Amino acid sequence: MATSSNNSPALLEIAEVSKSFGPVAVLRSVSLQVAKGEVVTIIGPSGSGKTTLLRCVNFLESYDSGSIRIDGKEVGYRDAGTRQRRSERDLAAMRAETGMVFQSFNLFPHLTAAGNIMLGLTKVRGKGSAEARAIAEHWLARVGLAHKADSLPAELSGGQQQRVGIARAVAMEPKILLLDEITSALDPELVGEVLAVVKSLAEDGMTMVMVTHEMAFARDASSRIVFMADGGVSAVGPPKEVLAAETTNERLRTFLARFRASHF
Amino acid sequence: MGYTLNFNLIWRHFDKLWGGLLLSLELAVISIAIGIVIGLVLAVWYVSAGRVVRTIIAAYVEFIRNVPLILLVYLVFYGVPTVIDLAYSAPTSFVVTLSVYSGAYLVEVFRSGLEAVPRGQLDAGKAIGLTPWQRLVHVRLPTMLRITLPALSNTFISLFKDTSIASVISVPELTYGAQWINFNTFRIVEVYLVTTAMYLVTGYALLFALRLVERRFRAAR
Repeated sequence: MATSSNNSPALLEIAEVSKSFGPVAVLRSVSLQVAKGEVVTIIGPSGSGKTTLLRCVNFLESYDSGSIRIDGKEVGYRDAGTRQRRSERDLAAMRAETGMVFQSFNLFPHLTAAGNIMLGLTKVRGKGSAEARAIAEHWLARVGLAHKADSLPAELSGGQQQRVGIARAVAMEPKILLLDEITSALDPELVGEVLAVVKSLAEDGMTMVMVTHEMAFARDASSRIVFMADGGVSAVGPPKEVLAAETTNERLRTFLARFRASHF
Repeated sequence: MGYTLNFNLIWRHFDKLWGGLLLSLELAVISIAIGIVIGLVLAVWYVSAGRVVRTIIAAYVEFIRNVPLILLVYLVFYGVPTVIDLAYSAPTSFVVTLSVYSGAYLVEVFRSGLEAVPRGQLDAGKAIGLTPWQRLVHVRLPTMLRITLPALSNTFISLFKDTSIASVISVPELTYGAQWINFNTFRIVEVYLVTTAMYLVTGYALLFALRLVERRFRAAR
């Protein structure tokens, strides 16, 4: 195990996780701990392994070595030593404990906004449809879409779809919420409404790991920022430290400079 | 040029055509229903199976697609009972043939539809904790259906017309009825005009109904 905890045990513990696609190493011994209630944003150039890392946390991707634990429970394998993959049923149950929001929304096109949220509640959580509907309406109201409960995804704007995506994930009451570049596919004017929802969830104490290119948001909303480069964690710390212009980390400085040049 | 159309004899025997049309529809509906089951099961199996199963399913599809239906009809009706001791009526024999035949075409339609379901949707299904079976039933199949509806409609119409082949083993469907009237009245032009119109109208009605279903689903996308 990586050098571990202070007083409170981490909710998410990623320890020395490595993964290759053929000859290409996408994750090189990545370790990261996230405490309950923390908002950790992951930044870095494309191809640095940010999204892959996130997808390993709910085992949408397998990894070659290392261990990922949520609440002390190994995620994809029965235990890190034997690396015996969990059964599909087990994996499904594990995944229900993490919520994920996707870059391309990935709403179920045949279901209404409420239906998208209700599917997991009824099929995975075993709730009756009236209760599931009430929960769906509660969360839709929370993301400002109470009036769109019966709209199909095709009838919603990108920002609205993504807010439904967030509602679908949090309605399951996950222990941790994973957000994968959730504003990258949105028109600039729609980014704000989605980030506002994320911010309000953060204020409620939702534990989140978020891959993003929204630097201003990362600076304002995160407890810590992780900078990834070449499949490894290159820098990690509070926003002020990581985003400081005078950082000695060469890769980080180049990344930030390039970022500032292209975005301002 | 001295030919004058006379439909009187056709109308006198119209019950042959009407009864034939109903039987054609019955053959089509039963065969397509069985074909859908074959097609769905094999397509779902195909996309999740290893190479051996895939090869076997592909061989079935290729065999059916490259052999004329009329040959398959002869093979099942005359060939099979000669080899194994099994007696069945001509309509049953034809339904078996057309079911297996439509199954092969529908495997292809469903398979390509299943593969066209965006991966992100399956990821989303995984992420909320659905089991593989739940992902299939609640995510993959509904989207697949939406994608394949236009191709399905075309296949159904085509299979309905294929029921005319049943006439070669004396199943009294629409084409057989037409032949019967022709042999007994020699009103070849009239009988085939009427029969053609009946196929056309029925085919169009089917297509119209299927397009309505499509439109409903498309609106819901």
